[in-house]
Amino acid sequence: MSNSIKTLAVAGSLAAALSAHGATPAAAQEAKEKCYGVALAGQNDCAAGPGTTCAGTSKVDYQGNAWKLVPAGTCTTMELPDGRTGSLEPLDRDLPRG
Amino acid sequence: MRQADFRAALLDPSRPHPPGLTDPQGRPAGRRFNVYRNNVTVSLVEALKTAFPVLRKLVGEEFFAAMALEHVRAHPPRSPLLMLYGTDMPDFLARFPPVSHLPYLPDIARLELALRESYHAADATPVAPDRLAAIPPQDLANIRLRLAPALRLVRSDWPIHAIWVANMKEAPPPRTVTAQDILILRPEFDPEPHLLPQGAAPFIAALAEGKTIGTALDAAGDFDLNATFALLVSGGAIIDIATETSA
Repeated sequence: MSNSIKTLAVAGSLAAALSAHGATPAAAQEAKEKCYGVALAGQNDCAAGPGTTCAGTSKVDYQGNAWKLVPAGTCTTMELPDGRTGSLEPLDRDLPRG
Repeated sequence: MRQADFRAALLDPSRPHPPGLTDPQGRPAGRRFNVYRNNVTVSLVEALKTAFPVLRKLVGEEFFAAMALEHVRAHPPRSPLLMLYGTDMPDFLARFPPVSHLPYLPDIARLELALRESYHAADATPVAPDRLAAIPPQDLANIRLRLAPALRLVRSDWPIHAIWVANMKEAPPPRTVTAQDILILRPEFDPEPHLLPQGAAPFIAALAEGKTIGTALDAAGDFDLNATFALLVSGGAIIDIATETSA
């Protein structure tokens, strides 16, 4: 194949991939974000492998440095007891006593 | 007592206790050292069990536990980062006589290591689709694509994708022995191994090395361009575009 024919093939493939991607916004709808401070004790998400296995290890409800995957855009608007809100960054509140 | 002696005795139960260990009453503390030795070894075996779920299923729990113990003693951690422990597993398996009849095991180990590396790789935002769409077709050959840090390519002479799927998603095991290459993509937080179209691996490898699209195409034979780009775009694998001059 000559280079120009190859390039045309790439252009076609890229266009097809982009239109397929745009036509199915499933990825956007299912987007998740890490939400800190919303998981009940022992219900936090994590699957980081050995040595870091921390799924289900949060000690207290709404622990500020434990996160859970939630649909993107819903973390900070989540309603929690006593005026708490979720956060995209780790929080200082509700930490287990060391 | 030197740290090296302590460490050697820790991982080899046939060695004597390191000298100079005493309990609060000043008596030799060999039994206490045994407890520590046992806990360290067990925790490393547990780390390998967590790290290689498919290997574990393929050889069975009992065999894996015994094999992992051999591995821990032959290849103790060289880094304090336990999350990446096990990088010697493919070589270990290739030279471990009891599994010499399962020649695909080292590649399965490489796949499971790559999945873990992908998990721990930096986050990256995929390039906006309209930036890709805006590239004039005549410029495409001279474009370099920057790929996501979490992307991993695992090439194999064995049907590693079918084996992985059969063990992790309860699909039937592969009936034929075909070479399969895997592209690991992590659009969000969980890495997913995708079967690469046959022949696409050299193209992806060249792109990952920073080659232009034109050069990468020359590095590969015929392969399914549509399916390959569909995978790259849908998996958020392209994070930046650089033209020849700016690269």
